[in-house]
Amino acid sequence: MAYSDKVLDHYENPRNVGSLDKNDPQVGTGMVGAPACGDVMKLMIKVNDDGIIEDAKFKTYGCGSAIASSSLVTEWLKGRTIDEAYAIKNSEIAEELALPPVKIHCSVLAEDAIKAAVADIKAKQAAKESA
Amino acid sequence: MSASIEMPVLNNHDDGHPIYLDYSATTPVDPRVAEKMIPYITEHFGNPASRSHPYGWTAEKAVENAREEVAKLVGADPREIVWTSGATESNNLAIKGAANFYSAKGKHIITVQTEHKAVIDAVRELERQGYEATYLQPEPNGLIDLEKFKAAIRPDTVLASVMFVNNEIGVIQDITAIGNICRANNVIFHVDAAQATGKVKIDLETLPVDLMSFCAHKTYGPKGIGALYVRRKPRIRIEAQMHGGGHERGMRSGTLATHQIVGMGEAFRIAREEMDTENERIRFLRDKLLHGLQEIEEVYVNGDLEHRVPHNLNISFNYVEGESLIMAVKGIAVSSGSACTSASLEPSYVLRALGRSDELAHSSIRFSIGRFTTEEDIDYTIKLMKSKIGKLRELSPLWEMFQDGVDISKVEWAAH
Amino acid sequence: MSSVYFDHNATTALDSRVLDVMLPWLKNQSGNPTSRHVFGRTARTAIEHARAQVAEACGAYPSQVVFTSCGTEANNFAVKGIAANLAPSQILYSAIEHPCVSRPAIAMQYQAYRSKAIAVNQQGQLDIAHFETLLTTPTCLASVMLANNESGVIQDMANIAEIAKRAGSFVHTDAVQALGKLTLSFNDLNVNAMTVSSHKIHGPQGAAALILDKRLDVQPLLHGGGQERALRSGTENVAAIIGFGMACELAAANVKNFAAHTNALREQFEQGLQSLDVTLFSDKAARIPNTSFFAVAGIEGETLVMALDRKGFAVASGSACSSDSTEPSHVLMAMGVHADLARGAVRVSFGMQNTTRQVANFLNTLKNEILRLKQLTSIAA
Repeated sequence: MAYSDKVLDHYENPRNVGSLDKNDPQVGTGMVGAPACGDVMKLMIKVNDDGIIEDAKFKTYGCGSAIASSSLVTEWLKGRTIDEAYAIKNSEIAEELALPPVKIHCSVLAEDAIKAAVADIKAKQAAKESA
Repeated sequence: MSASIEMPVLNNHDDGHPIYLDYSATTPVDPRVAEKMIPYITEHFGNPASRSHPYGWTAEKAVENAREEVAKLVGADPREIVWTSGATESNNLAIKGAANFYSAKGKHIITVQTEHKAVIDAVRELERQGYEATYLQPEPNGLIDLEKFKAAIRPDTVLASVMFVNNEIGVIQDITAIGNICRANNVIFHVDAAQATGKVKIDLETLPVDLMSFCAHKTYGPKGIGALYVRRKPRIRIEAQMHGGGHERGMRSGTLATHQIVGMGEAFRIAREEMDTENERIRFLRDKLLHGLQEIEEVYVNGDLEHRVPHNLNISFNYVEGESLIMAVKGIAVSSGSACTSASLEPSYVLRALGRSDELAHSSIRFSIGRFTTEEDIDYTIKLMKSKIGKLRELSPLWEMFQDGVDISKVEWAAH
Repeated sequence: MSSVYFDHNATTALDSRVLDVMLPWLKNQSGNPTSRHVFGRTARTAIEHARAQVAEACGAYPSQVVFTSCGTEANNFAVKGIAANLAPSQILYSAIEHPCVSRPAIAMQYQAYRSKAIAVNQQGQLDIAHFETLLTTPTCLASVMLANNESGVIQDMANIAEIAKRAGSFVHTDAVQALGKLTLSFNDLNVNAMTVSSHKIHGPQGAAALILDKRLDVQPLLHGGGQERALRSGTENVAAIIGFGMACELAAANVKNFAAHTNALREQFEQGLQSLDVTLFSDKAARIPNTSFFAVAGIEGETLVMALDRKGFAVASGSACSSDSTEPSHVLMAMGVHADLARGAVRVSFGMQNTTRQVANFLNTLKNEILRLKQLTSIAA
């Protein structure tokens, strides 16, 4: 298990660990993975009225690469629009962290977490508009 | 091409070297053992089988002294001790050698799911050769149910192989009881005692055991040397697996590594003399570690605590993922319950056999304590584990759910 | 002990430079190379370094090196392991093989294989015509030693391998006596597997290797934890393997020196033998440079060896492994030497530490002892 320095850095000093208020209408939550697979990632984003992600928090049960992938995306997400967030590809994450082939699934999981969080906030916005 | 490789030291809490708590994987060579060995690779070199010149004679005498020491620790006759290259070879030789020799009696073998790979794979190999095998499942505490063992015996059962002390969870099987069942049913009984020497009393004079495997490097001796006990009364025969010059009364050919044999003899002598006091000290350290770690919530001890060597503590930390746990405990050199193959984590087959879930098996750590472990090492370890488990759980969405009272086993997870 | 050691084909003293690299691994903590923590990884790194050193000395790739506990194990592994994964047919071995090749070959007869010995000529070289005749029967494996431990005869291995392969057989060679004495190239030898051992080249006992063509599907001898790519289970003997690696590096660098030095001693010795009434074996064949094998008619080799030992010279009466028995050397019997003469066989094998002075002294002692023993036997007769 040779981890890159970037993975080790995120693992040792994870950014934006924690949770946001999941009942806040401006907060979207994505939870992906399963304990039996060895990875569970929970990503929360807070989106302001202009559609910009103001804050992002994560919690991850998983290996160092999974923790680093989720920590990295919380950094990337802040300041982006939800559409920009949606466009983030796992390959960008894998490249940034220099993940070995056996750890690519961690970046896939992180991409899925973003998509799930964005879907959740869009669903909340749609519900608000239709209300 | 020569490059010097810097070696880590055992107890160092400061400069980034981990503390060694992996004595069940291998032990350091005791300095007294090293001191005894070194003359035999420098001055007294010689092929012990060369009878014609004194270089050979000195080597032979040293080999026979060591054989006596090994025999003494386990209550055997020196003539019942056959040198091998280690426990893996001893197990292979005992299992294949006895099964092949007595195949006319039958071709069924009984062993246990929690045996060392060397036993399991030797039995698997016999299955490929047309033998049948029963792999008994132990009880959730790691011990064998004697009635289930009895029930597994068939008329064509030729051999049973049960380990004395388990390498992962440290539980001690009731070898006397199992051996008596074997005797009553005319089944040859092999015991892998690689993890037992110096930790539990072994007296082959009274134990109903036919074949027993030993190795040096789990008992402060060198790597690359082991022995097989082969009972003389009643005489047990085995088919050699390595043929050649007919060393070791034809049971194991090959040049004997004199310095390593000498090392094993010295290591076993020290074990015999110091076992009682050492076990007491180690039990104190283990109990201190156990109580310290039990202050952490949601920890589970794997394997029976009572029928267990004091050297071993195997604990699962719930809601913490295995690989990140391994990364987190870099300050201590321990073994984890998941064997990391290149692509994925495989949970320990021993813990699986006890019925542990994959998650708990993955998040287990084996702490094994030994001769050079200090109380400071244990204090440091408790502190480290508390802080690292706390940190990982702070990161864990599962821990958060558990704290919120969510029953994680009932959660429907998205397929991934 | 102030004996002069002339038994380097049996075993050799550890080189102090080898000892130096081993000592830390004997004295300090060395982890189990399977463990993932720093103790284990350090041991793993050291083993891989040694693997590269062994490969280099054998003209092989590191991935072709499988460490074992001794030459006997490597030979058993080769013979049983290669044959076991092939349909039972014929296993051939030369009549002068070490028992750790011939006995496992014979043991395979219990598993429906047929094993046969290939004859050698009077000089101890493989009888190619006999070999070719035997190969007309389907053969899965032929094992022929590169250099004989008693006579020192070197076989034309590349040619032998070519003949065997043409007949569809795999080829193994026991190169234990060749390592350090000849420049080895696994590739040029054209064999599928080759055995080398540490303690014959001033390395420690407890380590050897089978150099193995990766394309070959071999059945392991030892099953278990899956070390050595599952070809040889069992915790690695780290200190011995590291010593073996260093010994290989030193031996490979010294092959030319070794040949020049020991060959000069042997020439001196065999020149001296001419004035004594002895029979030299295999002296017309290509031999490893350090070995001289001879017999004195009418004197038991064992008796002469004991007498020389009392005078301070350690030599051998045959291979160490069979020193227990009084059977005449199977190597000489295969060469067609009469049993009575064969019983008189004595092997002298030189090393780097031996000197021309030692050889001169030895020749004198030998001459006197032969005279003395002959008188004894003539009185008895």
